[in-house]
Amino acid sequence: MNTLKNKTLKTIKNLAFVFFVASVFTACSDDDPEVVNQEELITTLTATLTPSGGGTDIVLKSVDLDGDGPDAPVISVSANLIANTTYTGELKVENETESPAENITLEVLEEDEEHQFFFTPTNNIATITYNDMDGDGNPIGVQFSLTTTTAATGSLTITLRHEPMKTASGVSDGDITNAGGETDVQAVFPITVE
Amino acid sequence: MIKRIFFSVLFCVLSFTHFAQECNSILKGIVIDYHDGTPIYDATIYIKNLQKYATTNFEGKFKIEGLCIGEIHLTISHISCETKDVKIKLEKDTFSEFFLEHHIESLKEVSIVAAANIKSKTIQSTVLNEETIAAFSNQNLGDALKEIAGISSINTGNAIVKPVINGMHSSRIIVMANGVRLQDQEWGIEHAPNLDINTSEKITVIKGANSLEFGGDAIGGVIVTEPSNIRLKDSLYGKSIVSSQSNGRGYSFHSSLSKSTKKGWYVNAKTTLKKMGDFESPTYVLSNTGIQSTAYSLQTGLKKFESGFNAYYTFINTEIGILRASHLGNIEDLVNAINAPAPLIATDFSYDIDSPKQAVTHQLVKVDYYKRFKKLGKLKVQYDFQNNHRFEYDIRVGNDRNKASLDLDLSSHALSSSFEIDAKTDQKYKVGFMAAYQNNFANPNTGIKRLIPDYDKYDVGFFTIGNFIFNDQTTIDIGLRYDFNAINAKKFYSKSRWDERDYDVDFNDLIIEDFNTQWLVNPKFQFHNFSASAGISYQLNDENSVLFNYGLSNRAPNPSELFSDGLHHSAARIELGDLRLEQETSNRVSANYRFKSENTAMLVEVFFNHIRDFMYIEPTGTEQTIRGAFPVWSHKKTNANLFGADFSFKQHLGSQYIFKNTSSFIRGKDVKNNRDLIDIPSAKTVNSIGYYLERWYDFSAVLASEFVFRQNLFPDNNFETYIPTSDTTVFVDVSSTPNRYHLLNFNADATFKLSEKTNLSIGLTVTNILNTNYRENLNRLRFFADDLGRNYTLQLKLKY
Repeated sequence: MNTLKNKTLKTIKNLAFVFFVASVFTACSDDDPEVVNQEELITTLTATLTPSGGGTDIVLKSVDLDGDGPDAPVISVSANLIANTTYTGELKVENETESPAENITLEVLEEDEEHQFFFTPTNNIATITYNDMDGDGNPIGVQFSLTTTTAATGSLTITLRHEPMKTASGVSDGDITNAGGETDVQAVFPITVE
Repeated sequence: MIKRIFFSVLFCVLSFTHFAQECNSILKGIVIDYHDGTPIYDATIYIKNLQKYATTNFEGKFKIEGLCIGEIHLTISHISCETKDVKIKLEKDTFSEFFLEHHIESLKEVSIVAAANIKSKTIQSTVLNEETIAAFSNQNLGDALKEIAGISSINTGNAIVKPVINGMHSSRIIVMANGVRLQDQEWGIEHAPNLDINTSEKITVIKGANSLEFGGDAIGGVIVTEPSNIRLKDSLYGKSIVSSQSNGRGYSFHSSLSKSTKKGWYVNAKTTLKKMGDFESPTYVLSNTGIQSTAYSLQTGLKKFESGFNAYYTFINTEIGILRASHLGNIEDLVNAINAPAPLIATDFSYDIDSPKQAVTHQLVKVDYYKRFKKLGKLKVQYDFQNNHRFEYDIRVGNDRNKASLDLDLSSHALSSSFEIDAKTDQKYKVGFMAAYQNNFANPNTGIKRLIPDYDKYDVGFFTIGNFIFNDQTTIDIGLRYDFNAINAKKFYSKSRWDERDYDVDFNDLIIEDFNTQWLVNPKFQFHNFSASAGISYQLNDENSVLFNYGLSNRAPNPSELFSDGLHHSAARIELGDLRLEQETSNRVSANYRFKSENTAMLVEVFFNHIRDFMYIEPTGTEQTIRGAFPVWSHKKTNANLFGADFSFKQHLGSQYIFKNTSSFIRGKDVKNNRDLIDIPSAKTVNSIGYYLERWYDFSAVLASEFVFRQNLFPDNNFETYIPTSDTTVFVDVSSTPNRYHLLNFNADATFKLSEKTNLSIGLTVTNILNTNYRENLNRLRFFADDLGRNYTLQLKLKY
């Protein structure tokens, strides 16, 4: 009986010891957690429109520095567009929380078959055509042309889709309706053509 | 029954006292298995000084007449058991329960501790036996539990199945795995219990918070899984189950082997391998829904009546594909996905598991020791360690393509001890304590903001339970528990979120460092939780019995409810926790009525649960980001009332047919805002007719009809949103529930004796025979795709 009792005590002690040791090894180190380097965060979409006849570039910009935080993106358009003008456009996607800003356009171009930008104007303010293509001959949209006709007010939505169905009906002409895929970036710019 | 004879051993204690004069008193009694409360057949009760004896019948009952008042020496014995002498004082005609303790108490030391409680007649509990569990060998715990009235599941697809007890799930349910409270990030709705169902041979579901021994926060209930018994003899035995199924074109293989000795030593090893490809709805492939899983367990120990120990290790690794079409970019994608009649991405069948997917490894180590003290009770000490490592993979681009988006490593230690005072049969007491430490590490190398922060968590708990048998009709249970929880987290908040939540008003003292656009914050919270339970059961007569119980429980907010902060791609939503949440308090009353006759069994269970400061998550608006708009789902609190009824019925029709029905119904109301609660299971009724022919290889065939009603009561969280690419404002229906559905299922099996010790069972199961298209309200992928189509499963089970 006594040996049993001793055994019991011994076991309890052993268990307590195991628990103690385990706690010490894993216990809360007071180290602060590392800040996460948000690698794929997209904060900024910039569309630069260069008038073909020369003149000042027009810059459309959407900046959302807090990512999926509560602050809405800040949208800016540097100037009004001119009627009956063709602009050469270029898109840039960046992560501006890093310094220097990370150019994510490069990643988009690296995987160009899996990405496509879509341009959706309202009120017939402009027509947009693609100026670039991926390895399969389908458009990407980083390079594009934008042509205005009459004066009007409306909006231009620029959407970047990941893994769209580029061969679906209308998609290579820039119609997003059948594109599917996932939205990586979407910005709505108010546009005035004068 | 045969098994019971082999396994059972004898002995018990008993006390009753009476005075009378003549020698015509009658002693009636029932001999019951101490472990599972089933009657023991063919036990011998022998009165030495009178040379009288009796044996128990199939119901475990016996009767000895013509006894004189005074002291009687009883000897209770059972085949292959040690014989035990008991002295009692007989005073008049008496009925008493005799609990027979197994000599080798089976492996599950904890469940024995638990058994004392589970056996309590005053709680609403249901047991799934080995046969049922084996039938679900290739599925999940959550699937098997749905056999029980009142248990449903909340799913993400068909591989992530979380049990729901009377409308409660996740942190409101405790899952006990071989005596260890599973700590596997159970807060998340897409985090299924990390448990291989094949490691269990008995699963008990307890509805409500009346099993305080396991924890005080199980507002929904407790699921207790226990491994198999160990035979008390020199033997080597095991079983293997192979299942193959048509839907998913998958297989699962389980095998277990046990070695035991007469002296009580045992060792046991189990493994389960599972592989399935894409599942299919009646009309299309559910792309990327495959599963691959590997599980092992090993245990050894010594089991004697006086003392013993158990060491246990389990490993389970599961990789689960998430429906490709459910991964979304923004609200526009969500609208497109909801409105599409079929998933937007459906490719050919494949075994590949690509992103989005999750890969989880859970490891558990347990050692326990128990010792019995004569005429006093039993002491038990246990230490357990668990590690849960969860990776979730989203669809990513570039170099991060194969990098996890979420990498959480959760380690939990627990030390617990209990002492059960069971020297008297009519009153038992149990006291216990538990101390636990948990650390969560969220790996920053994912390159994605942490959804759950790093934290340390401490828990200390004490409980005491009393069980009183008033007479042979009435039993009372009372329990009290206190728990202290402390959580110490370190979390980054973007400054904009911090201000938007108004945390700058209340919590600025928690800030410990400034990281440009983010604050590093150190929230420390402490909670004191009191819980109590009380129950009474009353046997009206041989056929009718009732029970009533009451449970008070508190649950502290979990890390997800406090700290969630980020974008969930699988749901296209931003989820936000709330630092201001405090514990919720549940007051639950329930009652059972049970009828049991030779051919009929019926159980009616009803409950009412009022939960103050009930925590839930619901859409609260939209937020604009550079990806477009997202619905925001916030953790909130309200006061809730839930009530429901569960019904089980079984009727023998002649000797070969059995009709069964299980039905359940539940309502949930947000009483503060006078609206319905979200995610309340639909009413459901299952009718089955079974044909049994024991003399022909134990043949059985069961046809079951499962009817699920439409959930008409749901909160309206629908909203309108502007879709820029089509320049339209659309209505987003995230609330309306799917239509009612009806499924037909069939199962047939037969068992062939290959040799003295070897049995082969062959089973064929067909589910969704009519290949019905349907969507289940509590499947989170119901917005995107139909549920499973017809499936044939062939199962071979070899016992040796």
